[in-house]
Amino acid sequence: MVKFEDVWLKYRHPARQGDAAPEALRGISFEIPEGGFRWLIGPSGAGKTSLLKLIYLAEHPAKGRIDILGTEAAKISRRDAALLRRRIGVVYQDFRLLPQLSAYDNVALPMRLARRNETQIHADVTEILRWVGLENRLHARPDELSGGEQQRIAVARAVVARPKLLVADEPTGNLDDEQAHRLMHLITALNRLGTTVVVATHNMGLVEGWPAPRLTIEHGKLTHAE
Amino acid sequence: MRNEPRRRADYLGLREALGDRLLPVLVAAMSFLAALAMAGALASATLATRWQGDAASQLTIQVPQPTAPDASGKAPRLDSVMAALKTMPDVADEQVMSPQDVTALISPWLGADPAQLGLPLPGVISARWVGAAPPDALGPTLEKLSPGTLVQTGALWASRVAALTTSLQACAAAILIIVALVAAAVVAVATRSGLAQRRETITLIHALGALDDDIAGRFAARITLLTLAGAAAGAVLALPVLAWLGALAAPFAGPAQINDVFNLPPALMFALPGLPIIAAAIGWGTAQLTVRGWLRSLP
Repeated sequence: MVKFEDVWLKYRHPARQGDAAPEALRGISFEIPEGGFRWLIGPSGAGKTSLLKLIYLAEHPAKGRIDILGTEAAKISRRDAALLRRRIGVVYQDFRLLPQLSAYDNVALPMRLARRNETQIHADVTEILRWVGLENRLHARPDELSGGEQQRIAVARAVVARPKLLVADEPTGNLDDEQAHRLMHLITALNRLGTTVVVATHNMGLVEGWPAPRLTIEHGKLTHAE
Repeated sequence: MRNEPRRRADYLGLREALGDRLLPVLVAAMSFLAALAMAGALASATLATRWQGDAASQLTIQVPQPTAPDASGKAPRLDSVMAALKTMPDVADEQVMSPQDVTALISPWLGADPAQLGLPLPGVISARWVGAAPPDALGPTLEKLSPGTLVQTGALWASRVAALTTSLQACAAAILIIVALVAAAVVAVATRSGLAQRRETITLIHALGALDDDIAGRFAARITLLTLAGAAAGAVLALPVLAWLGALAAPFAGPAQINDVFNLPPALMFALPGLPIIAAAIGWGTAQLTVRGWLRSLP
C-alpha cells in the first residue's frame, strides 16, 4: 500500500537547486491499495520523478505524511528504511547499472545485498535474464550493451527479488514495441502476483494499451487521481 | 558460469577507488616515523635507567686535612675514613684518589699547580653505594670520625637525568600522537576521495537497500588492508635504521651489548609488530567514521 497525505517536496541542496528553489511537489495526496497498479503521467518536468523518489525513499518530504507498504516513512530508523528499500524494486530512467559489474552481477546485486544464498541467486538471476531475453549476455558489462539491453537489465534488477512494490520511471523508453510489450507483460504478471506497481511514462500509447487507473501530475500538483 | 558465485564481488569498485599505492606509501612513512619515535622513547628510558643508577650510586668523599689525626687521635683522618668505609657492607669500590687525579680534577678552577697557591687540598675518596636505602647516614658517621668530612652523592645528576628522560619521552609521545593524527587524516582524505569517486554507485547501492554497516564495512575492510600493508612495510624498513642507530648508541648502553646485532631495547622488538595492528585499527576506525558521516547526507 502507498499512501500520500498532503505531501510537499522541496529539494534541500542549494548548490543543485538554488537557494529559492520552488517546491517540486505541492500538496500531493493519493492512495494505492496493496496489489494496485497506477500509471503516473504528466508532461516533462511536472514532478513525476520527484514523486517516484519519495515513493522509493530517495528523498524526504518537506511536509506531509507518506506510508509505504504499511510503514510511515518518517518514523523508521535508517536500518529499517534500508530493509524497506529491499522490498521496493526501482527501474530508473537512466538505468543506473554499475559499470564494473557484468549483467549477471548487476541483476544479482539486490539479492546479494539481501544476503540470499548463491544457489537461489543463480536460479533467479538466470531465470529473469532469460525472461528479458538476455540469457546470452550474462557476462557483458553495461558499456558492451545497447541502450535497450541496459534497460532490460535495469528492469531485471528491479524485479529479481520479487519486490512488494515496483516503481518504474519510463521503463520502456529505450525499448522497441515488442520488448515494451514483453516488459509490460512481466510487470502485469508481477502485479497479478500481488506486487503494487507505479509506472511513470510519457508513452500514452502504452497507457492506452494497458488500461489502469492514472495519477496525473502537472506543475508539481496532482491534477487527477483514480 | 564465469561470474556467478562471487559473494564478495567488489561492487563498489574499491580496488580502483582506493588504490594500493598512495595510501600504503603514506602510511608506511607514518609507520617509519612512529617506529623511530618509539625506539627513541624506549631507548631513552633504558639508558636513563642505567645512567640514573650509575649517577645515584656514585659517592665522592672529601676529607679535609687528610694527614691530621682523626677524632680519636689514633690515625690520620684519611686512613680512618677509608678503614671505616671498608667495614661498611653498603659501600663498594672505595678508592683514594691520587694527588695527581685530585690536581687534574680541580685544575679548571685552580690551575695546573694548585700547590703553588698554598691552599690545603682535601683527600678525596671515590666509592659506590650499593645499599638499598639512601646513604643519608653515611655523612654523619664519617663526620664523627673525621670532623669536616663531606659526602656527596650523584642524586642531583640522577634527578637531572630523570628530568631529561621524561622530556624525551614526552617528545616521543607527542610525535606518536601527531603521527597517529596525521595517519588518521590521511586515511580520512583517502576515504573521502573514494567516496567522491563512487558517489553514484553508493547512492544506488543505498537505494537498493544496502545498510550503512555494509557500505562502511566494505570501505573499512579495504582501508584496513591497505594500512596494515603500509604500516608493516614501514616497520620493516625502519628495522635496519634502528639497528644502525642502536649500533651508534651501543657505547652508551654498556659493554655487554656492543656486539649485539640488534642493539635495541627488548620492549621495542615487541612493540614494532604492534605498529601495523595499531595503524590498521586507526584506518578501520577512521574509515568507519568517515563513511558513516558521509552516508548521513543520504536519506
